Amino acid sequence: MLMYTLRRVLHMVPVFFGATLLVYFLVFATGDPIAALSGGKPMSDAVEATLRAQYNLDQPFWVQYGIYLKNLLTLDLGTTFSGQSVNDVVARAMPVTARLAVMALAIEAIFGVVFGVFAGLRKGGIFDSTVLVLSLVVISVPTFVLGFVFQFVFGVKLDWTSPTVGPDAGWGDLILPATVLGLVSLAYVIRLSRTQIAENLSADFVRTASAKGLTRGRVVLVHVLRNSLIPVITFLGADLGMLMGGAIVTEGVFNVPGIGKVLFDAIKIGESPTVVAVVSVMVLVFVVANLAVDLLYALLDPRIRYA
Amino acid sequence: MEMQNKNEQPLLDMRDVEITFNTANGPVKAVRGANLSVMQGESVAIVGESGSGKSTIALAAMGLLARNGKVTGGQILFDGKDYAAASDKEFRHIRGDQIGMVPQDPMSNLNPVWKIGFQVKETLKANGLGGGDMNKKVAEALENAGLPDAERRAGQYPHEFSGGMRQRALISIGLSCRPRLLVADEPTSALDVTVQRQILDHLDNMTAELGTAVLFITHDLGLAAERAEKVVVMYKGQVVESGPAIDLLRNPQHPYTKRLIDSAPSLSSHRMENEAAAQKSASGTDNVLEIENLTKVFKIREKGLKKSDFLAVDDVSFNVRRGTTTAVVGESGSGKSTVAKMVLNLLEPTSGTIRFDGEDMGRLSEKELFRFRRRVQPIFQDPYGSLDPMYSIFRTIEQPLKIHGIGDARSRQNKVKELLEHVSMPASTMHRFPNELSGGQRQRIAIARALALEPEVIICDEAVSALDVLVQAQVLELLNKLQAELGLSYLFITHDLAVVRQIADDVVVMKDGQLVESGKTDDIFATPQTEYTSNLLDAIPGGQLLV
Amino acid sequence: MPENTENIVRNEASPNDVKRAGKVSRRHIPHFVAPLEETPLQAVDSVNETADPLSFWAEAWRNLRRQPLFIVSAALILLIVVVSIFPQWFTSVDPRSCSLDNARGGAAPGHPLGFTYQGCDVYARVIFGAQASVLVGLFTTIGVVIVGGTFGALAGYYGGWMDAVLARLGDIFFALPLILGAIVLMQLPAFRENQSPWTVTLTLVVFGWPQVARITRGAVIEAKGADFVMAARSLGVSKFGALVRHVLPNSLSPIIVVASISLGTYIVAEATLSFLGIGLPSSIVSWGNDISDAQISVRNNPQILFWPALALSITVLSFIMLGDALRDALDPKSRKA
Repeated sequence: MLMYTLRRVLHMVPVFFGATLLVYFLVFATGDPIAALSGGKPMSDAVEATLRAQYNLDQPFWVQYGIYLKNLLTLDLGTTFSGQSVNDVVARAMPVTARLAVMALAIEAIFGVVFGVFAGLRKGGIFDSTVLVLSLVVISVPTFVLGFVFQFVFGVKLDWTSPTVGPDAGWGDLILPATVLGLVSLAYVIRLSRTQIAENLSADFVRTASAKGLTRGRVVLVHVLRNSLIPVITFLGADLGMLMGGAIVTEGVFNVPGIGKVLFDAIKIGESPTVVAVVSVMVLVFVVANLAVDLLYALLDPRIRYA
Repeated sequence: MEMQNKNEQPLLDMRDVEITFNTANGPVKAVRGANLSVMQGESVAIVGESGSGKSTIALAAMGLLARNGKVTGGQILFDGKDYAAASDKEFRHIRGDQIGMVPQDPMSNLNPVWKIGFQVKETLKANGLGGGDMNKKVAEALENAGLPDAERRAGQYPHEFSGGMRQRALISIGLSCRPRLLVADEPTSALDVTVQRQILDHLDNMTAELGTAVLFITHDLGLAAERAEKVVVMYKGQVVESGPAIDLLRNPQHPYTKRLIDSAPSLSSHRMENEAAAQKSASGTDNVLEIENLTKVFKIREKGLKKSDFLAVDDVSFNVRRGTTTAVVGESGSGKSTVAKMVLNLLEPTSGTIRFDGEDMGRLSEKELFRFRRRVQPIFQDPYGSLDPMYSIFRTIEQPLKIHGIGDARSRQNKVKELLEHVSMPASTMHRFPNELSGGQRQRIAIARALALEPEVIICDEAVSALDVLVQAQVLELLNKLQAELGLSYLFITHDLAVVRQIADDVVVMKDGQLVESGKTDDIFATPQTEYTSNLLDAIPGGQLLV
Repeated sequence: MPENTENIVRNEASPNDVKRAGKVSRRHIPHFVAPLEETPLQAVDSVNETADPLSFWAEAWRNLRRQPLFIVSAALILLIVVVSIFPQWFTSVDPRSCSLDNARGGAAPGHPLGFTYQGCDVYARVIFGAQASVLVGLFTTIGVVIVGGTFGALAGYYGGWMDAVLARLGDIFFALPLILGAIVLMQLPAFRENQSPWTVTLTLVVFGWPQVARITRGAVIEAKGADFVMAARSLGVSKFGALVRHVLPNSLSPIIVVASISLGTYIVAEATLSFLGIGLPSSIVSWGNDISDAQISVRNNPQILFWPALALSITVLSFIMLGDALRDALDPKSRKA
């Protein structure tokens, strides 16, 4: 287990460096953020030089990347064009997004597994077919469309909750956006748990378990469910990263003051340093989440530990 | 039947049982009007080919049919009570403590995510044997099944067990609650013969001690006759013959049973007739293949980052005489397939030489190697994997001709027809695709493809192991016929000594990468020189029944 | 069990040398033989010559035709493709001729779905918007299959250092989810100034290929271990030849399935980028842009947003359904024998 953990951690390092390098390269080597900042308006040479120095743009690329990496690892994310510390911005926005992501993940996990398990146990039945068709529809409708539909139906027509989220973004306010955020993945979780359950139900060891005289409930709980949920948990962990991407749209639609909204706004005004900082944080979350999934996977499936 | 044993009620009595599966192509009757009875403490074996319904009928007795399967007729009486239409709940009362099961494949029948001990423990608990020192009870159950160091082993996961150990764990689960009937579905067919014998012996002793009745399901008539008092032969979903084991074996009545006994390799005692090969084997010194000090070392990664050497083939030397069959026999891990791959030039030897027709193959250039390919051809084990499913039979057989630029389109087509005829397949087969053919038919196509280039040597890597007995006999006969007609030399890689007996002139016995002994088949079967070989011979099921 | 005592197997040998000579029961066991006419003996292993020969693809096609899911999705896709190639067949209204007089107007003769905020005809815009989505989806899929398929096949087939390098590269791209990566790329000045279906396609290919590469790699590794590949090699087929002739054709099924499903997700991605204002330029009529434009009036005129969203969703649904149907039809497990 220790060897395995070490290997996974070692594996994570090049992925993190590679991904941040990729982002940094894309943003700073292919465009001139200062020009974007000025918005095409003329800017005095002195101001421009100061700005370049401030964002280390007067240095060679590798030095820039080195400084950026050092800052990132010491948790110094720099400042926005308007002079705010990105640290502060992220620190303010992160808890909101974390809350949103946790709620979305919980919705996915609970409803996805429950629906998926029942559909899988009665494969081919009415419940199964209904769930399957609904999941296809949900997968097909883009998140931003879902967002508008939910906003319109639950926020405007039914008036159950406010259609947009205020600056405080409490748990209750986030139910609607979290549902929208989690809905597409929810459909995938349902489909995944359904196929897993159906597959394991016909596995040899499940038949052997029945032959031992175990009750049906125990067979399903101990032998079918545990084996089926291993890939589902892996999916949920990897999905945390996807939720970060989805948060950009959802937070934009519902006006949630989270990290996705920060990115959304930074993109709108072309504020590259903020984009790089926020995306790097997201990559970090994604990589760490994947590491956690790998370790959890090993805990759940004994075969992995020795591989 | 009860007439003769009127004061005794059968433990399991299946009468006129019909089992139907709902498939995409409509209902299929897997078992029709089958009768089967097992007395207290009696051992009964159901023998049949794949698809004969033998497993289905046994599973029906435990209510474990697949979801699309249903008992659609007859009675299933266990201890006098009819279970033909019983619910899962009713079956649960008899599973475990009344009827136990030892399944076929030890690899897939243990749940990979739970410890062995847990899987034994839950069996005991489910049948009211919980309480007290469970760990001790579990260790005891495992020990009874012949698992050494049971207490420690109980704390391990299935993937830390070898195949034989897993099967012992499954036997311990099957017998842990002292059932009155044990259903053993091909309990050892996935294991090496020596392990198979140990486990069957142990199972025999345990069930005799406990007075457990056993229902064996097997494709091996020899095994059935050796391990059961009563044999039931099934064919196409019906029971065609049943009776006392020895009687049935010596005096078969139904033509199907006769056919089975005729082709059962374990019961045969001599090589298939082939005069030319016999002569060459006796007199010839004309070696088509000379293998000298062949060694292969694999680098394998151990836990962590260390790498270590694994000696797969260790200093092996033998010859194959032209026009004869040499068998390389050994259990899994003996290195026999690695030898085959090196002879085929698909793997490079670490050291040693392989001379083909006097030429050292290690020194062949790319071009010479291409020509060599024409002269040595393989036939592989898995009939489902050895033909490309995307290629029609015509393209499959034509491919070697095309690659080597032989003939034009017209002459190639004629050649394909001719080859199909050689392997006794209708010419119309060439428009078909592999998935439309059975395993034996596919293997015959593979032989036709191998013959297309008119090779001198054919390497058969477990070429008949995956086939049913009758089909296996048919393919072996075909190989023998082709050898006589075309003067082919065979290098026959197999784990099955019974097959060796039927086809080989010379034998090489391998174990753990080393050559144990080699010589004429007759000599080795009559007077094996090493203990290992005599153990192997001894383990052939039913080997001593009809001699 | 009292009966058992008199039914002990007669066994002269010692218990360790078990029954090697067979068991004889003390019970009388009747010798039963079924009448031959009940189960006539058939020839061993004869070829069924009644059925028509069926290739892999022919059989897949036969399976597909029977699936309602396939029929529905194929019909929808056909319609969508025709609409995107010949939009003028379906409407004579110019989607770009807008008049503020009609702004947010309801259905009118010749304008069944009403007007947008800018007074453009909603129906015409929905019809003409198909092209951009289908174009981006289709070309992205082609690009992703070429890039990902090549990388995945080489990595899986040759293994070794090539596999290691490509696997790391894939992991790095995987750390940036499709939408996130696309956002980073598309918001760059170089891309913002050149917004077009091609830049969107390029971006989606850059971040979409690792998924196809992974699936191809897995399929190739599975196929290359098959005996028929070894058989071909020993017939004299070169290593690369075996990849092209045997391994790749046998790895196609999962790639086709993932391509169909991904086509749907790329259309969603394009629409999302357009919605964020960094996808297709506003000069191109597209569903993503129209939805983005309609969001200001969503409270009072939701129908303006509804129609392009519906068209978008149905298109995506069609491709995902097609993928599902293909998965079932191409699944080797579902093949007979």
